[in-house]
Amino acid sequence: MPDAPMTYQIGASVKRREDLRFLTGKGNYTDDINRPGQLYAYLLRSPMAHAEIVSIDTTAAKAMAGVRAVFTGADMAADGVGGLPCGWQIHSKDGSPMVEPPHPALAVGRVRHVGDTVAVVIADTLAQAKDAAEALEVEYKALSAVATTTEATVDGAPLVWEDAKNNICYDWHIGDKAAVDAAFASAAQVATIDLVNNRLIPNAMEPRAALGDFNPATGEHTLITTSQNPHVIRLLMGAFVLKIPEHKLRVLAPDVGGGFGSKIYHYAEEAICTWAAAKLKRPVKWTAERTESFMTDAHGRDHVTHAELAMDAEGRFLALRVSTLANMGAYLSTFAPAVPTYLYATLLAGVYKTPAIYAEVKAVFTNTTPVDAYRGAGRPEATFLLERLVDEAARVSGIDRAEIRRRNFIPADAYPYQTPVALQYDSGDYAGCLDAALKAADYDGFAARKAASEAAGKLRGIGLSTYLEACGIAPSAVVGSLGARAGLFEVGKIRVHPTGSVTVFTGTHSHGQGHETTFAQVVADALGVGIDSVEIVHGDTANVPFGMGTYGSRSLAVGGSAIVKACDKIIAKARKIAAHLLEAAESDIEFKDGLFKVAGTDRQKSLPEISLAAYVPHNYPIDELEPGLEETAFYDPKNFTYPGGTHICEVEVDPETGVTKVVKFTAVDDVGRVINPMIVEGQIHGGVAQGIGQALLEQCVYDDSGQLLTGSMMDYCMPRADDLPSFHVENHTTLCTHNPLGVKGCGEVGAIGSPPAVMNAVVDALKGYGVTHMDMPATPEKVWRAIQAGTRS
Amino acid sequence: MQVEVSLTVNGAAVTATVEPRTLLVQLLREHLALTGTHVGCDTSQCGACVVHVNGASVKSCTMLAVQADGASVTTIEGLATDGTLHPVQEAFREHHGLQCGFCTPGMVMSAVDLLQNNTSPSEAEIREWLEGNICRCTGYHNIVKAVQHAAAAMRG
Ligand code: FES
Ligand code: FES
Repeated sequence: MPDAPMTYQIGASVKRREDLRFLTGKGNYTDDINRPGQLYAYLLRSPMAHAEIVSIDTTAAKAMAGVRAVFTGADMAADGVGGLPCGWQIHSKDGSPMVEPPHPALAVGRVRHVGDTVAVVIADTLAQAKDAAEALEVEYKALSAVATTTEATVDGAPLVWEDAKNNICYDWHIGDKAAVDAAFASAAQVATIDLVNNRLIPNAMEPRAALGDFNPATGEHTLITTSQNPHVIRLLMGAFVLKIPEHKLRVLAPDVGGGFGSKIYHYAEEAICTWAAAKLKRPVKWTAERTESFMTDAHGRDHVTHAELAMDAEGRFLALRVSTLANMGAYLSTFAPAVPTYLYATLLAGVYKTPAIYAEVKAVFTNTTPVDAYRGAGRPEATFLLERLVDEAARVSGIDRAEIRRRNFIPADAYPYQTPVALQYDSGDYAGCLDAALKAADYDGFAARKAASEAAGKLRGIGLSTYLEACGIAPSAVVGSLGARAGLFEVGKIRVHPTGSVTVFTGTHSHGQGHETTFAQVVADALGVGIDSVEIVHGDTANVPFGMGTYGSRSLAVGGSAIVKACDKIIAKARKIAAHLLEAAESDIEFKDGLFKVAGTDRQKSLPEISLAAYVPHNYPIDELEPGLEETAFYDPKNFTYPGGTHICEVEVDPETGVTKVVKFTAVDDVGRVINPMIVEGQIHGGVAQGIGQALLEQCVYDDSGQLLTGSMMDYCMPRADDLPSFHVENHTTLCTHNPLGVKGCGEVGAIGSPPAVMNAVVDALKGYGVTHMDMPATPEKVWRAIQAGTRS
Repeated sequence: MQVEVSLTVNGAAVTATVEPRTLLVQLLREHLALTGTHVGCDTSQCGACVVHVNGASVKSCTMLAVQADGASVTTIEGLATDGTLHPVQEAFREHHGLQCGFCTPGMVMSAVDLLQNNTSPSEAEIREWLEGNICRCTGYHNIVKAVQHAAAAMRG
């Protein structure tokens, strides 16, 4: 039925194609995979935050039943195994490069955080490996440790690395200091804030795992791993750690149970399992216990900031001055140095036309788990700072909180808009988002709801956050000039099979985002084929040409654009084939909805007819065209994308107990064109839940000696179903102007926009007690104490 | 020391030789290759491992395999009958109650047990029942919606 009208997939809430396997227990996660002859690795973790390793006696452990090997850092060093590399180099104000300490996969000589890896035991069963690990004798000489961000730079603080004076990794800045100082000198009023962005532990529900294998007959190494970016792991582990060339190293990331950033990085266990498998000529598998996840998955956030906002008499923002300390942990994780710099300080204009901005950021080492990107990465920290500070500005100036925002918004006709901190925004409509959110949240009805709460003995508060973020990372030349040691393009390959079905290979990776559905929608529309004829392949370096993976809400904006580009190449070639088959000029061939038509006639060929001719080239322009129908595109984005929006939160506080409940949450987000509304809403729900978690529940705590006190799900408070309300989510769309789909990205907006909305609501609820600021999380204890300490006005 | 356990799993009689310390979830995943049941924590907090033992939901990481001797166990693999999804599975699919899928088997098994006990739970009752199942992806919004729709579908 070539003339039947086509049903377009873009914009439809197509049900997810990945769900059936997950709902019936047929997912294929790393720990579900076993290889014949497989051994099990168990890692001995340091119980000390900072210590010399005086000696490790492996004799007894090696003699135990089932034990095949025990390795330490010395064994890896003897094999010439390199350290885990850092992918981003930041230079300090004075031009000197950041302090970049070594990061061995197994500790050598010293442990630097609780959970640092000391030795690996490999045995026939996991139980045997664990039993043998108990028999390892490690003598430590305890050293004093520094665990908190603020104490790290104090003179005389213990040094994590001898060559990092005052534990400073880098001392970086951005912006025009002189212009900012001048603006402050003439400001009518100034708002000031000191805040902490609390340290979080990502806790994707699937613990990390790695399965290494080696085929001595071919020399091929295989790593199956819980990664958001298998090609990046192949690149880093192959080139820097194990020195295995790409063609002999295959990395697979099968179904992955959530990442949120924590599965971007190249971790020691991947290298250990791959290396040990080759040494022992047996597959070696490791799966984290949740306790290990808490100690060794890269943590997130952990900033301490002082900021000031200069205003004129009407509350117009004149200048912003920010000073931040950011905790890197004990080692530099893969992208850690970029997070508090180029993913944070460049976002400090937010949605406001503040003309002058200056930020300085000191990154510090501490005896804690490395800190790196976690959902939002730098942008939640910038947004929390700005949106708390803007509320403080409203308080200081006496201007309504919505009004002061509106007064300072970048207007909808100002694009492209160049900020004073490097970014150029391409599109947005912040006032439109705010209006829609105020309406959807029934902002005007708040007073009545507050009165009703008060009548029931409860306090009620409302908070706004008008945010912006930069994602779809990133133009390679730009990030290269900013210190990235990699490009951030993406790859798409389209294979049209002889009978017209389509396999799509993408370098991005889905670990919950639903790429198998969304990308199929894009390709179905681009090529005019049924969605059931399209298959998406990802997560295997042997099948997918290349890719940088999924993080920074880049999959659709960058990976989707590569796929669209590859579709364009398919169509261009198919048009030539159609012209030949239809004996028409190529310029006369029109393509629409899967049909190649001679303009003004009813002569046409469908894509399956053309692909058949391409693979059975009997009647084919063989002198001009190669047979086959397969194209690859590399897409390097022209700019970041800039989603934004308004989140409005209402909380109710029980003054007797300090318990704070989110009773209403409204999000109006501009994520660019929406391909699958159902999936986009789901992404926003999840992000908002993590943001509310950060605001009310989650906090990673170390004691002064560097012991991790929140090392299990009993101690670290994850949001559960009864901690959260249902959410109201809407889109207010402006299109991205520089990618072919007009998409911006939706994976992180929820976690970026929501924390300040919640905390502004908490502060609003408590303002009658003289509360003007509270650091996250607003636990019942903290809220109760604030109420006790305050005086009811 | 090894011990033998015999039980019914998804309707089929099985016998396995395990160590006394073997957990039910290890028996399922490692001995019976039923990898739909997941392990997400080591403190009985996350619920990724929920299965039904004699019809009631149980965290299979918190029960020894030997304790399940003689019991009838249903895992996520045994929930659909003759290729037809259980209404709870169907509702999760219809209402996007899952993203990465890792919490999903436990979440579904737990929700099925809820609906066995309460055919028309309120939103608050659903949220409270699922408090022992952590999902990091969905924010629970669509899970709650899915359970509500499944309840309606099952009431007919
Ligand atoms: S695995 Fe977490 S509760 Fe069983
Ligand atoms: S769907 Fe990923 S943890 Fe629930």
